[in-house]
Amino acid sequence: MERYSAFGLVKHALTGHKKWPEVWRSPEPKPEYDVIIVGGGGHGLATAYNLAKNYKGKRVAILEKNWIGSGNTGRNTTIVRSDYYYKPSAEFFKYSLSLYGKLSKELNYNVMFSKRGSLTLSHSRDDFDFQRRLVNAMQLNGIDIRHIGLAEIKKICPILNFSKDARYPIYGAMWEPGAGTVRHDAVVWGYARAADALGVDIIQNCEVTGINKDLQTGAVTGLETSRGKINAKTIGLAVAGHSTELAAMAGFRLPIRSMALQAFVSEPVKPVLNTVISSRAISSYASQSDRGGLVMGGGVDPYNSYAQKGNTPVLEEVLSGLIELVPSFSRVRLLRQWAGIVDYTYDSSPIIGPSPVPGLFLNCGWGGGGFKAIPAGGEAFAHLLATGQVPPLVEAFSLSRFKDARLVDEAAGAGIAH
Amino acid sequence: MLKIDCPWCGSRNEDEFSNGGESHLVRPEPPSSVTEDEWANYLFYPTNTKGPFKETWFHKYGCRQWFNVTRNTATHEILNVYRIGENPPEENS
Repeated sequence: MERYSAFGLVKHALTGHKKWPEVWRSPEPKPEYDVIIVGGGGHGLATAYNLAKNYKGKRVAILEKNWIGSGNTGRNTTIVRSDYYYKPSAEFFKYSLSLYGKLSKELNYNVMFSKRGSLTLSHSRDDFDFQRRLVNAMQLNGIDIRHIGLAEIKKICPILNFSKDARYPIYGAMWEPGAGTVRHDAVVWGYARAADALGVDIIQNCEVTGINKDLQTGAVTGLETSRGKINAKTIGLAVAGHSTELAAMAGFRLPIRSMALQAFVSEPVKPVLNTVISSRAISSYASQSDRGGLVMGGGVDPYNSYAQKGNTPVLEEVLSGLIELVPSFSRVRLLRQWAGIVDYTYDSSPIIGPSPVPGLFLNCGWGGGGFKAIPAGGEAFAHLLATGQVPPLVEAFSLSRFKDARLVDEAAGAGIAH
Repeated sequence: MLKIDCPWCGSRNEDEFSNGGESHLVRPEPPSSVTEDEWANYLFYPTNTKGPFKETWFHKYGCRQWFNVTRNTATHEILNVYRIGENPPEENS
């Protein structure tokens, strides 16, 4: 791998930028690997990178049915934060956010982490009290977050509608200064480039069509794919909304609902919003991309879907709420709208751990919050695939919690809208 | 926007309805002999079908009746609609 540097930029400028090496290879699949990861999104790529870096000597491949980053990692709204309520989630997401802070250096790839802070507004006295309770709990868990009043909100984000007779009057906010946005494609490309340099085979356009098991032991022996049979005794699934389908191939069920989560982007405008604003009460959030587009989203479409398209009632709900919150946005035109298929568990917490099939491991159930979890999720999943042991950081997120009634109920706890 | 054919009111826009999730779920009985596995399966393990999926809808801003719908989750196409207590019609998808 050629390291990126200012010197390299000058050197390649002298040859007209015609001699940049390819960023990753496109190898043919080998008949056998030590570890195969299904799913070339952020979690799959981060897992492969950590496997190759921390557990040397393993032959590792990633299989992606489309192009890497073509699923939810390329469709999310790039926000990273750690405002979770319960201790296991708070510790996990705090760690993940701290890894994002170091990621550009780690990968020698600029992931454009913009630490612009996240402002979550409250619009009623009840909302305000609920946030105070959340902030207290989060502070006890070591999250850098504060409960702030109107004067400070005005300083951070003056374009909000502060009028007393606003449809959604502003009472206060949770302010997480260390949150921000990260360029999502750069996370994919950075991890892919670094994993490839460490010898990981990234195999794109390779769809898994079956999971083979040993008839005697029931353990996985390999995969049937659109590019032939590939054997491995350790397989990790990191396929988000399609986890149920892959689990069915291996003969078990998952406590997951697949649903469409939408996002919207406006035409580019001059810098107007320098933070992430969100409101759980009206189920909308927005930030402004470096290109100038307002990147907006809200709650999930409220029924099962694998269609990768969003429906109009949620679009109207999100945008009508947002223009009440920031009236000047009403004159901005919408440019694009899309949806990703996210995998929701009952408690809105992820599943990282062994599956009922020996040798097959799960990384799923992130719902609308998988992007911010990529660096820590990849590290934990790599540890699991390499050693078979669940790292303490993700012990609470086992599949067995649904049978043992040990839910980590962030759906109720953090009041997350998405 | 889905057009949903309420068996009582006819075709209406999706935003008059709310989705009630999977239909034909049977609660395991009796409680004294339900195992933890059976209970977890009933509560937390939905049939997350890609393709024709049977679900309930509620005509929230209309007649306020519940009914069943078979909808293809991969395309959002509604295949049929039938009343609560009825068996699903022959699927002609």
